[in-house]
Amino acid sequence: MNFMTRRLVITIITLFLVSVFTFAAFTIIPGDPALIMVGIETTEEQLAAVRSELGLDRSLPVQYVSWLGRFLTGNLGNSVRFRGASITDLVLERLPVTFSLAALSFLFILLISIPAALFSAPREHSLEDRFVNTLITINISLPSFFSGVLFIWVFGLLLKCFTPGSYVSYQENVPAFLGYLLFPALAIAVPNAAMVVKFLRGSLLQELRSDYVRTAYSKGASRGQVLYRHVLKNAVIPAITLLGMIIGDIFSGSIVIEQVFGIPGIGRLLIASIASRDYPLAQTLVVYIACIVILANTLVDIAIQMIDPRIRVK
Amino acid sequence: MQTPWNIDFKIGVALALLVAGMGIVSLFYTPYDYNAMDPARRFISPRVSHLMGTDNFGRDVFSRVMIGGRYTLAVSIFTVLGSAAIGASLGLVSGYIGGLWDEITMRFMDALSSFPGILLALVMISIMENRPFTLITALLVLFIPSYVRIMRTGMLQYKNADFVKTAQIMGASHLRMIFVHILPNLATPLLSATVLGLSNAILAEATMSYLGFGIQPPIPSWGRMLSESQNFLFNASWCVLAPGIMIMLTVIAFHYIGEGIRQRYCG
Repeated sequence: MNFMTRRLVITIITLFLVSVFTFAAFTIIPGDPALIMVGIETTEEQLAAVRSELGLDRSLPVQYVSWLGRFLTGNLGNSVRFRGASITDLVLERLPVTFSLAALSFLFILLISIPAALFSAPREHSLEDRFVNTLITINISLPSFFSGVLFIWVFGLLLKCFTPGSYVSYQENVPAFLGYLLFPALAIAVPNAAMVVKFLRGSLLQELRSDYVRTAYSKGASRGQVLYRHVLKNAVIPAITLLGMIIGDIFSGSIVIEQVFGIPGIGRLLIASIASRDYPLAQTLVVYIACIVILANTLVDIAIQMIDPRIRVK
Repeated sequence: MQTPWNIDFKIGVALALLVAGMGIVSLFYTPYDYNAMDPARRFISPRVSHLMGTDNFGRDVFSRVMIGGRYTLAVSIFTVLGSAAIGASLGLVSGYIGGLWDEITMRFMDALSSFPGILLALVMISIMENRPFTLITALLVLFIPSYVRIMRTGMLQYKNADFVKTAQIMGASHLRMIFVHILPNLATPLLSATVLGLSNAILAEATMSYLGFGIQPPIPSWGRMLSESQNFLFNASWCVLAPGIMIMLTVIAFHYIGEGIRQRYCG
């Protein structure tokens, strides 16, 4: 349990630092949020009233604690840009969209990277391996917005596999909703999958050189048996760590790709809130996304040490 | 220095020279004025007179790509040099001192790197006023943690080496030991990380300017050129492909150079 406790303590410290950092960042912004909310033509009394309503007249640590309390209870007040809409509602409405997108891309990453690595690693230095390697470099270098635009062009406009801009809300039609998310998810997955292939391939190669592989061969195991039964299990463990780190990149990719394909998710809301200087909304979204990523990483770390007890000893 | 440079490095250098060459030439010469609009010459497909065609305002895409690359490269280079300098110093000092200071620095770096990359840059952008150096500062913060980690690990490796102890006995100051005796040993990993960082910085700059947070019009940037012409994708795909392929080639160039350096010196 020692490992788990230490990991959880680190997670809590990180969450705390992230929330303090975000709070501090959005508090030192030049300009008076009260003034932004009520407009310029107000009396000093009205301004003071709004300030005390927002709690801006209190000290910073007090403001932080009250903000954190409101954040945790989901009582975040209203957005400045979307007047009247509560921040919690705005976020909750869009959260399923981004989650579906992230889950689909994660699935694609697994579906692409594991077969590709298993294909190229045993063929080291062959023509096929070189081909996979070049493909990896190209895909790592491909900005996700460009791969998104290329998908729209090739699959949407030329091959007519889907209609760009025909997003259907998940509340209306779930299959059509997921269908529209397929290509955006693939666009997020491609650069990340390339990273995973690169890593998993290296890890497979390292395992293939180890003694137990030679032993397995000498006992008469076939190449497939050695690869799938012995090597893959060992090689996949470091790759899971990478998958954990990639969760952050999936959300990064999602922020961009939602913009490219016009999907109303968390990322699009974030860009809109930053572009329109809606700080309360932006602040909430930033903390939300960061928390999701940190918690996902923690879960992955804990999962790995359950799968592989050796890590606990290290 | 006897081993020949590997093929990765050569491909990378060739591509980088091509891209950088375009940027340098654009300081003196572009085929057309990058902002000259000509309604009569809208959406001309690529041909000899317009190598990459023209866009919806009849502007020459090739000239705009040349100018745009300049800013992408400048922003990325400043970003990487800045974050390498700050990150490396922090990592070296933190590894050298150790103890509580080290623990605090590393937890802080963990917190910074737990933000998804783009998110951190967006936070920085939104809390700063839009000045020319805003994007550089935002991206700079983004890349600091990776240098801190690399240099801290390197420092721990050399901290107790004999040559460091010798220097200490000879009366070298702490700063001299860190920067004169230990840093040169870590030059190669730092160089390779810096070049690889450059390819990440180019990706990040392009993404930010695609989202509309990069250098503002009328100066063209690859990312914004792409987002502006996305609506004409079906009729004028060259407007999208030209900046997109340029971004890709530039990233590939520095990726290959970085990998080449790493393979040559680090095995």
